[in-house]
Amino acid sequence: MRRPRISLSAVVWLTLGAAYFIIPLVATGLFSLRDVQTGKCCSLAAYDEIIHSSAFWTTIKLSFRLSVETIVVSLLLFVPTIYWVHLKLPRMRPVVSFLALIPFVIPPIILVVGLLGFFKDTIHAPFWYLGNPNYFLVTAYVILAFPYVFFSLDAGFRAIDVHTLTEASQSLGASWRTTLLRVILPNIKVAALSAAFLTLAIVMGEFTIATLAAFHTFSTYIAEIQQTEAYPAAAVSLLSFLITWLAMGSILLIGRQRRVGDAVAVAEVEH
Amino acid sequence: MAHVELRELRRSFGNVHALQGINLTLETGEFVSLLGPSGCGKTTALRLVAGFDRPDSGSILVDERDITDKSPNRRDMGMVFQAYSLFPNMTAEQNVEYGLRVRKQPKDGRRTRVRELLELVGLADAGKRYPYQLSGGMQQRVALARALAIEPSVLLLDEPLSALDAKVRVQLREEIRRIQLELGITTIYVTHDQEEALSISDRVAVMYGGKIEQVGTPPEMYGSPATPFVAEFIGTMNRLEGRVVEEGAIDYSGVMLRVDAARGLPRGERVLCLIRPETVEVVLADGPAPPGAFSGDVASSTFLGSTTRVRVADGDRMLTADISTAEAAPLSVGARVVATFPADSPRLLALADGTPTSTPDPDAQ
Repeated sequence: MRRPRISLSAVVWLTLGAAYFIIPLVATGLFSLRDVQTGKCCSLAAYDEIIHSSAFWTTIKLSFRLSVETIVVSLLLFVPTIYWVHLKLPRMRPVVSFLALIPFVIPPIILVVGLLGFFKDTIHAPFWYLGNPNYFLVTAYVILAFPYVFFSLDAGFRAIDVHTLTEASQSLGASWRTTLLRVILPNIKVAALSAAFLTLAIVMGEFTIATLAAFHTFSTYIAEIQQTEAYPAAAVSLLSFLITWLAMGSILLIGRQRRVGDAVAVAEVEH
Repeated sequence: MAHVELRELRRSFGNVHALQGINLTLETGEFVSLLGPSGCGKTTALRLVAGFDRPDSGSILVDERDITDKSPNRRDMGMVFQAYSLFPNMTAEQNVEYGLRVRKQPKDGRRTRVRELLELVGLADAGKRYPYQLSGGMQQRVALARALAIEPSVLLLDEPLSALDAKVRVQLREEIRRIQLELGITTIYVTHDQEEALSISDRVAVMYGGKIEQVGTPPEMYGSPATPFVAEFIGTMNRLEGRVVEEGAIDYSGVMLRVDAARGLPRGERVLCLIRPETVEVVLADGPAPPGAFSGDVASSTFLGSTTRVRVADGDRMLTADISTAEAAPLSVGARVVATFPADSPRLLALADGTPTSTPDPDAQ
């Protein structure tokens, strides 16, 4: 098979585009490799300091836990909801889609002020709820992640024939629960993973809500260290990039495995 | 005893009356097709039987038990859909096994049953393939095997062949009939293809505008259509609107035609004269037209293989004939011809004044 020729202009634009993203990362990387004492290249001292910092591990664990909790709550809440909207209320889809856009347009600072006001003053939520990141922050993060979760899952549901698959499953004797777990979920797996990893990336990097609600998460730790220690801050930034990349990479890998599987299977059939 | 009974089923969607009180009875092991054009209510009726929708009124009985309010997963009915409906995340085997797993049947029994069914539909070697590795025809065979795996009391087929190409369609419809006869399963088959319905059904119910127009065996439906719509929908039909002018003759826009069925009808009665094209003979005119024959010019000649469809036109009057291709050879377009038919072949339907007679073009089928 002949490879398609890539034009010069495409190469130039691709290089420029790549440079826009890569140069700051390389610069941050080089900066993080400077010696903490002398400021000269190259030393892993900044990374050493980070890895041995208890605050780093505490906050990263907390943020990771919040991410997982947000993902679980979001999927439990939105998978059945979006399934039902696609199946029974297709006319409501534009309404839900509009609702999903709201967290995009409302700045997080307004969101957190509104949420705090609502929970504290309107419904007088107890301190065990407001003072615990696993409750209050997860509530806020589920709202914040709603657009990403909705649009990922919505694309997944649109890629399958929800009606026919559901009816086929029911005609074979399956209940709603069995249909959702055995037929629908496996077929929107990639969309659900995509939603999960986007949520992970958002929660790991969320700063405004955590700061205003006075919680010490991974992003507030980065902000704090940035004000006091420049080189370790760059190292932490790169580590957080790495975590996000790993998450994105897993989505790509899972998607790719499926496509490769398809290609192999089709080739077998053709032979 | 009737196995399946549909009693006065009605269903409306807003102002659209999809079903206007249909009644249908199926005996055990019978294959009945619901045939009709798009929007006639045939799929709505099938969905009500399957339990995917509820009727506004009326009831559905299986073995005299009312199942109208039962959910689809408790109805014990296997269904094959128009769209490809195999679960994409499962292999052909797993798809067929699904219903048995849901029913928590023992693993060994499931395996044996899956193998038997895949053999029955001719796909014993394709069990490990995923749906995207199967052609459309193969997917529908697996869907059929999957529907049959649960040993349903009724098999429902919703235009299962409409997405397939013509050759596969003919092959698969014969297989569906073979399997249905082999298992003796009561079957409701929805289709808009009259050839398909006539070729595989014990009985055909023609639907139009949310009502069943006529139910009968394929020869009855073809030979004795009860309404103008059925006459036109089943096969190709000449529809000549005229009036009875004397004993055994009707006037068709100034041409006198001999029709035995007109005997005993009052003079002046408005009738629709239905003539099958295959009963019409066309020969080149050599002199003035004999009385009672239809003379005109060949307006078009369409080659259909062993037969040729010749349209004879005389002004606004038109008669279509299906004659053997050899006989049609000398009948070039524009040639003056005479068309005749046996007086005992046309069927007459009385028309009340003002009755509309226009229905979909029969050639559209």
